[in-house]
Amino acid sequence: MSTTFEQVRDIIVDQLDVDPDEVTENAKFKEDLDADSLDLVELIMSFEEEFGGEISDEQAQEIETVGDVVRHLEAQAV
Amino acid sequence: MGTFDGKRGLVFGVANKNSIAWGIAQALADEGAELGFSYAGDFLQKRVTPLAESVGSSFIEECDVTNDAAIDELFAKVGDHYGGLDFLVHSIAFAPREDLGGRFVDTSREGFRVALDVSCYSLVALAKRAVPLMPQGGSMLAMTYYGAEKVTPNYNVMGVAKAALEATIRYLAWDLGKEQVRVNAISAGPIKTLASAGVSGFRKSLGYVGSVAPMGNVTQADVGNAARFLLGDWAQKVTGEVVYVDGGYNIMGAPDMDSLEG
Repeated sequence: MSTTFEQVRDIIVDQLDVDPDEVTENAKFKEDLDADSLDLVELIMSFEEEFGGEISDEQAQEIETVGDVVRHLEAQAV
Repeated sequence: MGTFDGKRGLVFGVANKNSIAWGIAQALADEGAELGFSYAGDFLQKRVTPLAESVGSSFIEECDVTNDAAIDELFAKVGDHYGGLDFLVHSIAFAPREDLGGRFVDTSREGFRVALDVSCYSLVALAKRAVPLMPQGGSMLAMTYYGAEKVTPNYNVMGVAKAALEATIRYLAWDLGKEQVRVNAISAGPIKTLASAGVSGFRKSLGYVGSVAPMGNVTQADVGNAARFLLGDWAQKVTGEVVYVDGGYNIMGAPDMDSLEG
């Protein structure tokens, strides 16, 4: 069973076409992974699909790093 | 062999694999259609290009549909590339995000203008340039939503724009009928796309509609199937129509009370 981080990383690698090594907990979507605003909407849709949870617009706006997503998804899964 | 072998069409509004326009494009490509794609800006190019290429498209061009000169230029290229057109798919809409939620009465003048320009007038502008490329007749298809007819909270100015679009379908159908060009719209149930993600409370309305509609929520492929019919020869005298692909949601006057919580 892969960890939440690994699942999130795989989705990001697939969608943003980046190297897996670049996707660290501290990597910022916009600055480090070169994601534009549409990428972020697409990623959030993919996370919701994969994890079944929901990321509200307000929560989405607070997401800056990969770690933010992982923490949010883990908190929701409990 | 497909029912669209030898037919050439232009698709506006693919943003990514979840786009309704992409569901339509795939359905038409499966039937042998030759598809050209137009997108709204550089940020969409990297998304549209791989999809377009996956269905063998050789025509992928940017076009700002609020700019007449840009549309002229696009259709000049279409003419050079294909020599003519058999159909056109309009799956474009836009409104500023702040106008897709909250009180409708707060809609800004600029938000209203932009929503109507991009989501409705663009069809008139595209149709005007497409018709000369359809000397043997042709077919056009636009996308609308139930929020054009009945109030759908948060859809707001887009409901007004879609109402105008539905009226535009009828006026174009009347006007272009003499040239054997058909114009129809599909009123699809809510589908999760990049665009609908911008409407406040979309997830909840998707769940609600799915629970009320006799056949539940619809997919991009469902819309693609209906598009195949409306754009193809089977729909030869169907024009000016708004066809529901909504799992039957629009026929319901009340939800099944047994399915409601509390």
